Amino acid sequence: MAHMNAPRTMLAKIWDEHEILRHPSGPSLLYIDRDMIHEGSFHAFADLKRRGLRPRRPRQIFGVADHYVPTLGRTSRDAASPAIARMIDTFDENMEWGGVRHFGLSSRSQGIVHVVAPEQGITLPGLTIVCSDSHTSTQGALGAIAFGIGQSENAHVLATQTIWQLRPKTMRVTINGTLGQGVTAKDVMLALIAKIGAAGAGGHAIEFAGQVVRDMSIEGRLTLCNMSIEAAARFGMVAPDETTFNYVRGRNYAPNEEEWDAAVSHWRELVSDADAVFDREVVLAGAEIAPMVTWGTSPEDAVSIEGRVPDPSAFDSADKRKAAAKSLEYMELAPGTELSGLKLDKVFIGSCTNSRIEDLRAAAAILKGRKAKIQAIVVPGSTQVKEQAEAEGIATIFREAGFEWRDSGCSMCAAMNGDVVGPGERCASTSNRNFVGRQGPGARTHLVSPAMAAAAAITGCLTDVRRV
Amino acid sequence: MKAFTKETSTVIAVPGVNCDTDQIIPGRFLKADRAQGYGQFLFHDIRRTEAGELDPSFPLNQPGAVRSTILLVEDNFGCGSSREGAVYALVDHGIRAIIGPSFGDIFFNNALKNGLVPVRLSAENCDRLADYLSRFPEAEVTVDLENSELVLPGNLGHHPIVIDAFARECILQGLDEIEMTFTYMEKIKAFETERMASHAWLAR
Ligand code: SF4
Repeated sequence: MAHMNAPRTMLAKIWDEHEILRHPSGPSLLYIDRDMIHEGSFHAFADLKRRGLRPRRPRQIFGVADHYVPTLGRTSRDAASPAIARMIDTFDENMEWGGVRHFGLSSRSQGIVHVVAPEQGITLPGLTIVCSDSHTSTQGALGAIAFGIGQSENAHVLATQTIWQLRPKTMRVTINGTLGQGVTAKDVMLALIAKIGAAGAGGHAIEFAGQVVRDMSIEGRLTLCNMSIEAAARFGMVAPDETTFNYVRGRNYAPNEEEWDAAVSHWRELVSDADAVFDREVVLAGAEIAPMVTWGTSPEDAVSIEGRVPDPSAFDSADKRKAAAKSLEYMELAPGTELSGLKLDKVFIGSCTNSRIEDLRAAAAILKGRKAKIQAIVVPGSTQVKEQAEAEGIATIFREAGFEWRDSGCSMCAAMNGDVVGPGERCASTSNRNFVGRQGPGARTHLVSPAMAAAAAITGCLTDVRRV
Repeated sequence: MKAFTKETSTVIAVPGVNCDTDQIIPGRFLKADRAQGYGQFLFHDIRRTEAGELDPSFPLNQPGAVRSTILLVEDNFGCGSSREGAVYALVDHGIRAIIGPSFGDIFFNNALKNGLVPVRLSAENCDRLADYLSRFPEAEVTVDLENSELVLPGNLGHHPIVIDAFARECILQGLDEIEMTFTYMEKIKAFETERMASHAWLAR
């Protein structure tokens, strides 16, 4: 608080506002405004029960079932196995026990936690939000400090509504100009991670800035912040502006009309001061970014769809040469292969990266009047997105193109609910991780945007969306 | 949490940059109760062949590996998913410290909360250590948290262990963080009352 008058970043302002105290040895005790819970949180609940504790502030905790839920049916009996069904039932029991408001499988507010939280107005500018999920960074897109935590930290938040945390360094990623046709927030992130590396923003909070970000919808900004963690940044943020306020207004857990003006005038003060200093600056030219695709098993293994599979020997570091060679073996790809034209087995449109209404619209625009050549599934990010897409006629376009139109959940992004890509199968996926085995043992993932995924479905191979 | 002061052991070198938590424990095992023990899931898929048998060339499967309580890893170890199961798997397998150039931020924190000590060592020194261990697999390393010092074998020297003082104190004493935070409850409540006064909608 000593530097109250020095220029501050948005991160610093929100951090200072939530700092209850600072321990002499460094970390801040931060107040947590809202904590999101999903099925994986059962370890934290077991911990509370062992201690004889209960959630201290249940009204500031929200539960959503997403990781294990079936996408063909809306009861735990539809789950892929009894063990998965038990995860969903245990979740409901824990939420009841803790007195926590939750959006279970049959709720119309259910969906992937990072899609639901902004949609419900749980995520708001200026808040601190945690969830025991690494993609909590997504929610910083509204101008919040939002970060993923583990189950021990989650138990701590449930018991105290606080967390001990070291303030991260700051990195500003400025994306200037405008994006070309067919280029989306997903492509920006794959280009960024390819440039700085999967460990490139470790220990940093990223603030996204520049004309491309200002012009971007909330959906796009959520995609940017979502993938911050793939560059090792636990926090992604975008300064709140009119786009943000218009998005937030009237949502269920947002300030009401009487409180609105005061809330907005406070939120306006949160943006980084013009002369605030960031620890690191990265600049991208929007116009230079092409639709991207990954060839390997780390999100940093991304190139333009016009590119080729690299030769591992071309990398600077010995570690990367080894890793790339291993990736190519797993992906069954030879150096020099053109990515465009690579045959696929499946297409998955979904996940907290790319399953919001705008993503589905972009895919549908490509699919309209065309047919998928390979198995393709769409899993809307939330039940509300699903309903909206049905009302807009988008669901019909997907169905007529031969896509399976599923119920909302994490599904094939993490393959925990039984929706998997088979061993050796190649999948174009709008999710965020192309890790070995992520979509199922032996599965081969190529990360792309929703429009690119749609283009891939109609040709049966990786395809430059600008040419369909 | 089990207190940690000092650990001396042979070392298992696990290769691969960006070794994500999906590799440390595949998602399908995360449904298990902790009481079952997570050690059986450690590196489950990558330590096996396609046929599902233990791959004798994987470092963890080599004779002598069972005695090691320290891992040597490459850059960005534990990136990806926040699953604390990755740390449970390591801890339940008996691993007490991990040496590497960098770690995923959430993994790093999860490790500290479970008494598993992540030690950051420059990539250069990690390479030197890996090279040394390939020649002298029986060489031992000491993670001396009490003196904040990593003692490497041969002439590889002593290196400072840099962990924030708060986490270090907690681990040295095996302190329970929730209990410790409860001692600040008055301050927390005062802060909360003030915050709710201006943000009534937060807890509605
Ligand atoms: S959609 Fe995928 S990345 Fe997002 S929360 Fe679910 S499993 Fe995690």
